[in-house]
Amino acid sequence: MSTEPSAPVVLRMTGLTKRFGTVLANDGVDLDLRRGEVLALLGENGAGKTTLMNMLFGHYLPDAGEVAVADQAGRLIPLAPGDPEAALEAGVGMVHQHFTLALNLTALDNIVLGAEPLWRLRRDKVRLRRRVDQIMEDSGLRVPLGTLVSDLSVGERQRVEILKALYRDVRVLVLDEPTAVLTPQEAEGLFATVRQMAERGLAVIFISHKLPEVLAFSDRIAVLRHGRKMGEMPTAEADQAAIARLMMGAESETEERAPIAPGAPVLDLVNVDLQGPDARRSLHRISVTVHRNEIVGVAGVSGNGQAALAALLSGLAAPDRGEVWVDGTRVARFDPASFIARGVGRIPEDRHHEGVVGTMSVAENLVLEDLGSPEVARWGILRGAAIRQRADAAIADYDVRGPGPEAPARLLSGGNLQKLILARVFGHAPRLILANQPTRGLDIGAAHAVARRLLEARGRGAGVVLISEDLDEILTLSDRILVIHDGRIVEAPSRNRARIGLMMAGEAAA
Amino acid sequence: MIRIEPREPSALTNVAVPVGAAVISLGLAAVPLALAGADILAAFALMWGGVFGSLFAFTETLTRATPLILTGLAAAVAFRARLWNIGGEGQLYLGALAAVAIGSGAVAGPAWVLLPLVMVAGALAGAAALVLPAWLKTRFGADEVVTTLLLNFVILLFVQMMLEGPLQDPMGMGWPQSAPVVEEATLPQLLDRMRLHAGLLVGLAAAVILHGVMTRTTWGLRMRAVGENAPAARHAGIPVTRTLLWVAVLSGALAGLAGVGEVAGLKGYLTADLSPGYGYAGIVVAMLARLSPLGVVLAALFVAAVFVGADTMSRAIGVSSYLADLVVATSLLTVLVGGFVARYRVVRVRTGEARQ
Repeated sequence: MSTEPSAPVVLRMTGLTKRFGTVLANDGVDLDLRRGEVLALLGENGAGKTTLMNMLFGHYLPDAGEVAVADQAGRLIPLAPGDPEAALEAGVGMVHQHFTLALNLTALDNIVLGAEPLWRLRRDKVRLRRRVDQIMEDSGLRVPLGTLVSDLSVGERQRVEILKALYRDVRVLVLDEPTAVLTPQEAEGLFATVRQMAERGLAVIFISHKLPEVLAFSDRIAVLRHGRKMGEMPTAEADQAAIARLMMGAESETEERAPIAPGAPVLDLVNVDLQGPDARRSLHRISVTVHRNEIVGVAGVSGNGQAALAALLSGLAAPDRGEVWVDGTRVARFDPASFIARGVGRIPEDRHHEGVVGTMSVAENLVLEDLGSPEVARWGILRGAAIRQRADAAIADYDVRGPGPEAPARLLSGGNLQKLILARVFGHAPRLILANQPTRGLDIGAAHAVARRLLEARGRGAGVVLISEDLDEILTLSDRILVIHDGRIVEAPSRNRARIGLMMAGEAAA
Repeated sequence: MIRIEPREPSALTNVAVPVGAAVISLGLAAVPLALAGADILAAFALMWGGVFGSLFAFTETLTRATPLILTGLAAAVAFRARLWNIGGEGQLYLGALAAVAIGSGAVAGPAWVLLPLVMVAGALAGAAALVLPAWLKTRFGADEVVTTLLLNFVILLFVQMMLEGPLQDPMGMGWPQSAPVVEEATLPQLLDRMRLHAGLLVGLAAAVILHGVMTRTTWGLRMRAVGENAPAARHAGIPVTRTLLWVAVLSGALAGLAGVGEVAGLKGYLTADLSPGYGYAGIVVAMLARLSPLGVVLAALFVAAVFVGADTMSRAIGVSSYLADLVVATSLLTVLVGGFVARYRVVRVRTGEARQ
């Protein structure tokens, strides 16, 4: 499946360099992309992948270097730097991790929107539709064109995004973490179509941090670290350990989940119904038990009730029916403060939105859940020195890197923000921990820190509910695996990936 | 092509922006002055003299700044928590109404009882005028910008009704004004033969206390968390609704105290034209101060100086005193633009710049 090295170069980046203040985000990156090839761009968060793409698409002005794209005749023409239109006009398209679709329009409207003058949308609908049909035929990507995007599944929405790019005649397609939102089966389908499109001449840059899929599906691998290209190799010659070494600069560690016998139940949900604002945020008669010394993974595709489960265990939502028992007592008051008081530690899904107050300092964010404690404040007066001491200790223990305890939390990177939240949550020595997508968007180092802390808490006797869309993460960390689909929770009978994948897609466990 | 990029706030821009805004707005005032045919330098000299020319002039500026400090603090504390209190004017009037209801003879007692009583009553009345809209916001999602703004007119009409009814001065020959505040309920004068009164000390103390509360107490931390990121505050177990209601109590009370100061310190009785818009000007003061309690004191002094100075100048050279409103309005605009400049840098991007 490798492309012959003689295929013409369609995209060439030469010496791309970008400096933000004293930080060198990209340092002389050279990258060639050939016709019909799938290039995997790998790197930890902060390695410079996003900056590189931003320079490709003219959102950032490179400090040095240039981007050239082949024209129809195959000659490499330099793009005007800092011009967001240039890359698009030259036939470079991107599918973002977070979709940019209008939910209240049909799939067809979304595909042609922006590419055609508005008046043509009405007049030439038949012709436009025929063209999109042709593209679907050629690419093997199928979506119901007349359906509103709001009614499409996540996988279908992604196909709409790709069709949108193909409609604009792209010859280079950038896919940013495309499998983050898909079931394993959907991801397989995506790989198959992308491979098929590549065989027809499309050049693909595939940004990912999941090594197995990169190895299975790309032709060539380029690894970025600290803004530099650390290496480049044909996928056929690469192995997982070698890539990880390039990405991290050392052998990657793997978590050992030492066997422990689970203890007494620490969380009991009995026939809980929760009617959320819509069906995607509701729970139907779920019963779950989590014991001490146990990590229970909740696998599922996003939007199947994970948000409702997280809200319930955070104290943000009360069940309509059913019972919630924490550590042997029935919960009557559903508010975050009383959950914190019961020893429930909560790692929220959206770190920026729910985890921290970005404008407040790191030290202040660390004590946010603890304002009633006499160590933090006496008679309502904050004990500045004690708070500062606690912040210094947390920063050292959890390796929170940033401008220091007094700096606003929003200056921290995603991984360090998560470490701040970990320090806050584990500072209470919680008996039950809710970890909602705790490693999403984190680089490998930070993800390892999260996993290690969860396993430590398990060893200490805490029960952990791990909600994740990353099946590998769940398989690695969980003692038991539950699958959530359409607001219902079923225990997975085995640790078989394919079986769990089918259950995530809604097929019965049998 | 230009591009807008965020930049890190610094202590320098925090000070430079409001000061620059004040200077630029004064500079812009030269344009209408020139159009009106005035000698600009003479006009500015007159303004300066009107503010700093004599002890009397300066105390007048301080007197004018007194209610502005309190309404400015009211706006600043509410805006910090993202409670958009536009009702400072109404809260001020309700505070003044409570002060005359108690302080004009209804209750008798020595000054050390009556004066605190009048102030507490005024503060509570102002607080009540904001707690209702704040409760409607938290309970039903009613937009407090609309409710507090409209409540201003309701309260003003209510005050007029009271001044022509139960609270009308029986000795006032039918004028719609209240009976005068009794001696024991009057805020003492600070200087002989000047109008400056102890309300200024109340305002200064409030600013210092508020600064301490915001930075050094759990209450202030909760309030800031709720204002900056309510979902995160809720997730961390901070009672968002209760915090907002307490902010409303505090903000309304401060505006109410401004009303108490005006009747019990300055005018001595209540009329329906007690305030020339101090409640609204308080919003400008708070924005100029970038919602910092200590900054409010300086911003209030600036706005008061503009009003007093422009008054003096317009009397002397016959330019409309609305010039003061113009300067205050342009200063608000410049501070808003300045705030943008402080938070973002505008980068000019020339195509081809990166080529070598």
